Amino acid sequence: MNGFFDIPSDLQHSWAGLIGLHLRESLLPVAAGLLLALPLAQLCVRFRWLYPPVLGLTTVLYAVPSLAFFVVLIDYTGQTELTVMIPLAVYSLVVLIPAIVDGVRSVPQETLAAATAMGFGPVRRYLQVQLPIAAPAIMAGLRVATVSSISLVSVGALIGNQGALGNLLAAAQKYDRPELAVNAVVTMAVLAILCDALLVLLRVLLTPWMPRGAHRRAAAPREQLTPEGVTR
Amino acid sequence: MNILDFGNAFFSDSAHWHGYDGIPQRFWEHVQYSLLALAVAAAIGLPVGLLTGHTGRGGNALALIANAARALPSFGLLVLAVLSIGFGLLPVMIPLVVLAVPPILVTTYEAVRSVDPSPVDAARGMGMHESRILLQVELPVALPLILSGLRSAAIQIVSTATIAAYVSLGGLGRYIVDGLYQRDYEKVVGGATLVAVLALITLAVFWAAGRFAVSPGVRRR
Repeated sequence: MNGFFDIPSDLQHSWAGLIGLHLRESLLPVAAGLLLALPLAQLCVRFRWLYPPVLGLTTVLYAVPSLAFFVVLIDYTGQTELTVMIPLAVYSLVVLIPAIVDGVRSVPQETLAAATAMGFGPVRRYLQVQLPIAAPAIMAGLRVATVSSISLVSVGALIGNQGALGNLLAAAQKYDRPELAVNAVVTMAVLAILCDALLVLLRVLLTPWMPRGAHRRAAAPREQLTPEGVTR
Repeated sequence: MNILDFGNAFFSDSAHWHGYDGIPQRFWEHVQYSLLALAVAAAIGLPVGLLTGHTGRGGNALALIANAARALPSFGLLVLAVLSIGFGLLPVMIPLVVLAVPPILVTTYEAVRSVDPSPVDAARGMGMHESRILLQVELPVALPLILSGLRSAAIQIVSTATIAAYVSLGGLGRYIVDGLYQRDYEKVVGGATLVAVLALITLAVFWAAGRFAVSPGVRRR
């Protein structure tokens, strides 16, 4: 355990600083992905023929290895955080779009009719009826996207010190200090589990009408349950 | 279009089509790594998922394990494995299998659990043995969902198997890693395109497997 938190100075960050950097590099892309996925998913719900091609395109983009994505982007955005964050945002789409589409589609027709009968316009109906009912499905997608994003940031270390905690992995090899690699893996895993738990808490707060204990199964990551969407 | 030019230059150079660093060789290596990792992950995930799904017990423990495995960064595991075991195929297989087991396990469990209970009861009432119920009633009905879990795992493996090149093995990641260090973008774009093509082929294979293996009665629903 000697020197477990003794971070080499060329990383230019303390351990806590690396954690902050890591959270920023992994969570901002998911937020951006969500902002992008909401209108896209709404389009897919509105125009059904749009859904399969959108799903296919995101799947192909998802299959592009993150390292290749980073390297190609260096040409446009340089060796910056942005180069790491753009691919992560794109990857999050492949989880988020099916989650939102399935969630919004699962809103019963009677509920929509009731909202319309109460005089809700399309925008209000979307914001106050469809989104809240779809919230558990969307949150399940967000959980998967967040956890995978936290793990993928580390690959950024390969394009020169842009991997936050992943840089510790490179340092572990460079200075032959395996304890740094252990530190990196454990810290990232703990971060992922903590963020996951926070999102579960957020879902409970956002959907107070749901029974807490009984709803366990729907809260579990359900991304693989969509037979159409290849998701992680 | 920058990227298209790079890709075009890579694929039209005939030197990329022969020898130990040629596309056919690297492609085949990549397929081998992916198949091996998928086979190991399926050998772990399928039986456990089928049994727990059949008995309906241990679902929460499964979800917990799957979530914990998902939280482990593949790249970090790779570096850790290489530092502790040394170079070779094993340290590459560890992160790939850890990556692929959760989707297979969770989907198989959910698939078997969500099978309509009435045919299962009917089979039990007819005196079928538990193992036959699992293999002849529950498995065929759950197959589409189980295949989708395997497919999702396979796509992730294909995309992540590129890290094998980072620890000096072959595969399509060779082009990406070498291209990165040689500042040769043609190679990087070419390698990425090939991985995406392999992912599309994987999708097609699973689609065909679904057509072939899923019984028509289940498919029509």
